Amino acid sequence: MRTKIIFTFLLINFYSYVASNETINENKIYKNLRCLVCQGQSISDSNSDFAVTLKLVVNDLIEKGKSEEEIYNFLSDKYGDWILYKPKFNLENLALWFLPYFVLFLGGLIILYIIRKKVKKT
Amino acid sequence: MQKTIKLTISVFIFFILLVFYLSLNKVSNYDTENLVGNKLNQIKLESLEGINYITNKNLKKNSYTLINFWASWCAPCRVEHPFLMELSEIKNLKILGVNFKDKKDNALNFLDSLGNPYHYLAKDIKGKQSVNFGIYGIPESILIDKDFIVIKKFVGPLNFEDLNEIKKIVSSL
Repeated sequence: MRTKIIFTFLLINFYSYVASNETINENKIYKNLRCLVCQGQSISDSNSDFAVTLKLVVNDLIEKGKSEEEIYNFLSDKYGDWILYKPKFNLENLALWFLPYFVLFLGGLIILYIIRKKVKKT
Repeated sequence: MQKTIKLTISVFIFFILLVFYLSLNKVSNYDTENLVGNKLNQIKLESLEGINYITNKNLKKNSYTLINFWASWCAPCRVEHPFLMELSEIKNLKILGVNFKDKKDNALNFLDSLGNPYHYLAKDIKGKQSVNFGIYGIPESILIDKDFIVIKKFVGPLNFEDLNEIKKIVSSL
C-alpha cells in the first residue's frame, strides 16, 4: 500500500515537472528582453510603447506555438543580440560563459598551493 | 610553481584590464549594423485603405524601395517629410509608407496638407508588424534593393545627409 502511495506521488510530481517545462512562462521571456528605448529596463518593467508592442508580439509567438528559444532567435534576428539580457551560448560569447568557471578553478589552485605551502612549513 | 602562479595572475589581470578597456570603449546602445545585409523575406502589410495587402510581390519590380514608418502624431515625421517628397521624384526609388499606430483620418489629413510622397501606403495599427522590420520608434526608414536586402537603415528623421546618401546609392544602379 505504502509503495503504491509513494509511486502515485512520484508520478504526480513527474507529470507536474514535465507540464511546467512544457508551459512557456511569458513573464520569464519579458524579463530576458531588453527595452531598447529605456534605461536598463527589461520589457517586463517598462510600460513604454516599444515594450508594450514587444509583449504583444511575444504573446502572439507563444500562441503560434513557438518555443522560448525560437522567440529569442526571432527577436535577436530583428534587433541583434543586444535585446537579450542572457547572452547566447556561441563562440563569440564563449569567454563570457566560461570565464567564471576558469576564475573559480584558478582560485582553487591558488588556495591549494598556499595551503600546501603552509602545511610543508609546519 | 610560484613563478607559474605569478605569471598566470599577471596574464589574468592583463586580460581583465583588456576586457574593461574594450568594453568601456564599445558603444553599447542598440545599433542597426546587424540588420544591414539581411533579407526582408515576408513583407505583408495591410494597405491603409484596408482593402488589400502589400507584399514582396508588389515591391519585386522596384529597383530600390524605401520603407518609411511614420504617423500623423509624430513631430519628427513632419521634419523629414520634405526630404521624402524630394525622394519620391527619383525614378529608381519607390517609397512604402507604413502608418504606425495612427488613425486613418488623421493620416490622410496629414498627407493632404503636406503632400503624399508614398507610392504604397500601409498601416500597422498595433505596431506589431514593425517588429518584423526591427523598428523601435518612429520615424525610421529602411532602404532595400530589388532582392529585399537591407542596404541601409535610418533611425530618426531623414536629414539632408541621408537624402544625399540615398540619392547616391540609388543613382549607382
